[in-house]
Amino acid sequence: WDETHFGKMGSYYINRTFFFDVHPPLGKMLIGLAGYLSGYDGTFPFQKPGDRYEQHNYMGMRGFCAFLGSCLVPFAYLTVLELSKSLPAALLTAFIIIFDTGCITLSQYILLDPILMFFLMGAVLSMVKCNSCADRPFSASWWFWLSLTGVNLAGAMGVKFVGLFVVLLVGLNTIYDLWDLLGNLSLSLVMLWKHLLARVLCLILLPLALYTAMFAVHFTVLNKSGPGDGFFSSAFQSQLIGNNLHNVSVPEHLAYGSVVTMKNLRMAGGYLHSHWHLYPEGVGARQQQVTAYLHKDLNNLWIIKKHDSDADPSDPLSPVEFVRHGDIIRLEHKETSRNLHSHQHEAPLTRKHFQVTGYGINGSGDSNDFWRIEVVGRRTGKLIKVLRSQVRLTHVATGCILGSSGKTLPKWGWEQVEVTCTPYLKETPNSLWNFEDHINPKLPNISLDVLKPSFAEILLESHMVMIRGTSGLKPKDNEVTSKPWHWPINYQGLRFSGVNETDFRVYLLGNPVIWWLNLVTIGLYLLIAVSTAVTLKRGVQLTPELKELARIVLRGGGQITLGWLLHYLPFFMMGRVLYFHHYFPAMLFSSMLTGITWDALLKFCAGFLLPSTTARKVYGGGFLTLILLIVYSFYLFHPLSYGMIGPMASDPSSPMAGLRWMDSWEF
Amino acid sequence: MLGLLKKPVVVTAEINLNLVALTLLGLLSRLWGLSYPRAVVFDEVYYGQFISLYMKRIFFVDDSGPPLGHMLLALGGYLGGFDGNFLWNRIGAEYTLNVPVWSLRLLPALAGALCVPLAYQILVEMHFSHCAALGAALLILLENSLITQSRFMLLESILIFFILLAVLSYLKFYNLPRSSSFSGSWWFWLLLTGAACACAVGVKYMGLFTYLLLLALAGLHFWHMIGDQSFSNVSLICHFLARGLALLLIPLAMYLSFFYLHLTLLYRSGPHDQIMSSAFQASLEGGLARITQGQPLEVAYGSQITLRNVLGKPMQCWLHSHPNTYPIRYENGRGSSHQQQVTCYPFKDVNNWWIVKDPGMQQLVVSNPPRPVRHGHVVQLVHGITTRYLNTHDVAAPLSPHSQEVSCYIDYNISMPAQNLWRVEIVNRESDSEVWKTILSEVRFVHLNTSAVLKASALSGASLPEWGYRQLEVVGEKLSKGYHQSMLWNVEEHRYGKSQEQKEREVELHSPTQMDLSKNLSFMAKFTELQWKILTLKNEDTEHKYSSSALDWITMDTNIAYWLHPTSAAQIHLLGNVATWTSANLAALLYAGLSLCYVVRRRRQICDIPEDAWQLWLSAGGISLGGWAVNYLPFFLMEKTLFLYHYLPALTFQILLIPIVLQHLSDHLCRSVLLKSMFSGLTIAWFSSVYFVYCTFSPVTYGQPSLSASELRALRWKDSWNILLRKQ
Repeated sequence: WDETHFGKMGSYYINRTFFFDVHPPLGKMLIGLAGYLSGYDGTFPFQKPGDRYEQHNYMGMRGFCAFLGSCLVPFAYLTVLELSKSLPAALLTAFIIIFDTGCITLSQYILLDPILMFFLMGAVLSMVKCNSCADRPFSASWWFWLSLTGVNLAGAMGVKFVGLFVVLLVGLNTIYDLWDLLGNLSLSLVMLWKHLLARVLCLILLPLALYTAMFAVHFTVLNKSGPGDGFFSSAFQSQLIGNNLHNVSVPEHLAYGSVVTMKNLRMAGGYLHSHWHLYPEGVGARQQQVTAYLHKDLNNLWIIKKHDSDADPSDPLSPVEFVRHGDIIRLEHKETSRNLHSHQHEAPLTRKHFQVTGYGINGSGDSNDFWRIEVVGRRTGKLIKVLRSQVRLTHVATGCILGSSGKTLPKWGWEQVEVTCTPYLKETPNSLWNFEDHINPKLPNISLDVLKPSFAEILLESHMVMIRGTSGLKPKDNEVTSKPWHWPINYQGLRFSGVNETDFRVYLLGNPVIWWLNLVTIGLYLLIAVSTAVTLKRGVQLTPELKELARIVLRGGGQITLGWLLHYLPFFMMGRVLYFHHYFPAMLFSSMLTGITWDALLKFCAGFLLPSTTARKVYGGGFLTLILLIVYSFYLFHPLSYGMIGPMASDPSSPMAGLRWMDSWEF
Repeated sequence: MLGLLKKPVVVTAEINLNLVALTLLGLLSRLWGLSYPRAVVFDEVYYGQFISLYMKRIFFVDDSGPPLGHMLLALGGYLGGFDGNFLWNRIGAEYTLNVPVWSLRLLPALAGALCVPLAYQILVEMHFSHCAALGAALLILLENSLITQSRFMLLESILIFFILLAVLSYLKFYNLPRSSSFSGSWWFWLLLTGAACACAVGVKYMGLFTYLLLLALAGLHFWHMIGDQSFSNVSLICHFLARGLALLLIPLAMYLSFFYLHLTLLYRSGPHDQIMSSAFQASLEGGLARITQGQPLEVAYGSQITLRNVLGKPMQCWLHSHPNTYPIRYENGRGSSHQQQVTCYPFKDVNNWWIVKDPGMQQLVVSNPPRPVRHGHVVQLVHGITTRYLNTHDVAAPLSPHSQEVSCYIDYNISMPAQNLWRVEIVNRESDSEVWKTILSEVRFVHLNTSAVLKASALSGASLPEWGYRQLEVVGEKLSKGYHQSMLWNVEEHRYGKSQEQKEREVELHSPTQMDLSKNLSFMAKFTELQWKILTLKNEDTEHKYSSSALDWITMDTNIAYWLHPTSAAQIHLLGNVATWTSANLAALLYAGLSLCYVVRRRRQICDIPEDAWQLWLSAGGISLGGWAVNYLPFFLMEKTLFLYHYLPALTFQILLIPIVLQHLSDHLCRSVLLKSMFSGLTIAWFSSVYFVYCTFSPVTYGQPSLSASELRALRWKDSWNILLRKQ
């Protein structure tokens, strides 16, 4: 399944070829590192799910992920122990995570999720530990846990952007903490500043530095041209060995008579292109097509000319004249000698825009061929730089802007991308272009290394591309996607491998008993928390034990619930494609909440029973029942994660048929 | 009796002349020259068509919001005696004489005018001075964008009115002394809060956010009451229940009643029928109801039916077949079974008729008594005109090669046996032995041999090539991935077949159905369907010349041209009062900064201002800044086309913040008399600048007088504004 993605990216690191992914690089770097250390040579193609690994050494990568996945158990155990100070609660949580089929399945394979969850739980654990060191501020262990929180935050952010939610959790916790300290009048202002600075240092500066370092390593390791080039700007591509922009030297400033190619700035935007073919009958005026084309081609070349003189600027005697911001120019297509032209006919696909055509013979056309060239954020009279200037072409006669709509033309347009002139004057990358190739024999060539983008620019650009890539993951029509409300009720799993009856099948589905227990517990917790809060607010006198219990429920449980909410609710607002495994971070929080809540509930109930031995028996018995239930359900469902062979469960003869409790499960 | 007469009858009236004056000014500013221009202005073209449909009682679906706003606009039309005959086709079209422009625009204008005294009252209820209250009201009065928006058939002013009303009545309720709990006025203000909230939500879904804000506020206040030991448990519960009733149940009931009214008013079928299910359409007068009225309810063996796909997207279609066959080879070289085509056809046609047949019997007529088909029964479907059987087999479908081809079986004698048994599964059944009902039942047809499900793969909008007459593809979907609506079918037209012979049957199929029997959907069923459609129906994102992003609104980088006189340069723009917008932003910043400063210092036990002033500052700011935030920030998460007028509710709250901050500054930060008088002087100067800006822009607010080109150019204070200039 997704091993094909992340395993492949691990290979890219080993081969040092550049690629593009919507997630930050840390997770894949770690996978690559694990593979490298275990002797994997990066040659397995990872083409489609189900391919056999043959002789390739993949155990290192899987083992690494599985190790991180199993670290979740002690982390959760320690966190709950710290929050509730109760061994049974911590044990219950640990059992839940050990025996959840979903967690097992997810951490068995080469995926980002076990790595993400490792850092996430690490951050939560160190945050909780740090909180309990609060009475000894600036001690060695306090510093240790505080900086460990920062390190883990950087790790979580570096694996997937979902790590942002745990950053939020820690941030809120820190603000609460500082607020508490602020109210403590025995602390001097100097001490307060020290507290604040320590947190800024460990929780903001340290993670930021690590995160940046991660990207620095990423870009240093990947220095060869690869499949991800096309997503990035021309300046970026010039950094990669093997890319045709690498070490190219071109004239820096645009001049009249130059031969250029223009690249659209939208993601995977093409080059401005034209060819001899005309627009077909009924599609605007029957003139020559202008499109955007993704590949490099002679038909992408255009000559820049002045709008008013037809003098051949390539005449070696005439002086070089640079194009300046605000100039009115004409673009002549080199191969066909037609001018870039627009008029008030509707564009072929985007009906509200104007059509763009090639018009005129041998460069002589009409006033509809005039375009004003403008650089974004620049004043009149400035020169225009190749590669780095973002340029807008405004049609002089109609006032519209040249842009690429991103829609693919039908057969008559060779399935290239539509180019239109948009009358809506809005700043989008669709209507911005840059000059990529630039040939002018009269100008001195300079090496592109002069234009080398700084590290900060690369970092910013790769983030922009990642964000755009993420928002580009829209569900397609016809595709059945999983909805966030499916997740906590374990409505539908995810098929990891194997479709047919004879295959070895693995199905990602949580252990339903555990998941439904978690779900019930969330409701129970809300009930308990509200009634506790109301009781306290009404000023009811409580015994010290009950007070302690109330504190655990409100403070400890509150933190965990906040974590659950932060890792779950945002998915409802996301427009991108969602999968079942996105819920797993939230599920970890929910499991910890289960431990804390049942511990508090059983303690509270047992408190009413008079002889303390009976009370203890009830308390212990309750936990034992829960744990036995979990273990038994795991016994029932363990084939889900360790693999099943045989008929599908929808077939009554299958051994799993009796376990198909919901119609939507497909194992 | 006599005792009563002994006392003189005394009426003491207390009239706040400020309030009266403000109301009059508000009315003057909003109602002046209301019926000018006598032409369609901006979105009137959109809301106007709904008014017309209300007048004609024709059903429609508007995905932009719930119906109360439309109904209020239509009320204006009703009172003005509008007959609905006007073609709302373009902005700027002149109204004909039968359109009562004045009364149509009256209601939004009244709502806009009443916002002025409401703002005054709100500030008074927040315990601010009458001077500050007067300032707030005047700022609202002189806000050009609010004036423009309330002078036409648009919904924002009505929404703002209800929002302010809700806030005011909650404040009145909260400020009542504790002794008057559960008294008449206590109940009145509480219920009014709920009712106003319901109306706000009923006009536009944006109202929901203010409703939530008020709920949160009520929750917070109740939380303080819980901590108050002087309340007994019983009285707390009574308070809680009363609030629950007034703030949750009543709004819900009112919201339902809006839809009830909407559905009662609109009983005729109309342009949006096909969006709704067959059952819904059948409840409308005319249209489908004319055909389906009186057809038998239970589908029986021998029934003649048409099957409509439940999804209805991108267009409604019916299961269809015709004598043409699939081509032996498709364009891409794949082969087909060369059997008769089965498609989904978006128009009514005699070829949409199918006959339900019992596989065990030969006859194609309904026996007497009819034997109904139940959930789980196995049937064959016979195409009425060609008498071929609906069939599917393991051959790739023409457009979706992963699914099975569906055909009407032709026996070519090439060892490809007929596989024409289908199991009927009623998805919305209540019991497992439920009878298949016309219109009401949503049915899946599961193929017995391959367990494929009959599906219209119309989702992608792809239609068959020329050989399939551009009709939509029907396939057998092998893996039943949940219940997708495209796999569900319902019987739309239905009659019991009587003709034994094929010739007679063809005549029968061509004749319209006629029999008597009627059924009706319950209101709740209609409501849930309509509500669901409103929420899920999505117009494709349309680029609009005047659409803007939420960030442009704060600084008013954008305007909307509403109307341009056909000959002169008179024009109307949605353009705010720059002075007000800027000072509102400043006030918000100042408020946030000061609050942060105060809150940190209070935490260190340094109190800069007295406790009650602090509480006042918190609660007043909480409402106005909170109201601004909840009405503004959600737009960043929305993916629809946004316009400047979406910001107006937020702006109203932000304007309320200005006098709050000003009074606070003068009361607590200007410590000497000299400073105070200087501050008052500055305030007056600033206020006159607001008035000056209002006067400057009033020609484009009211659309008259017409300005010269140079005057218009002078109005273009920001480069991004789009003032229309006529070419000479």
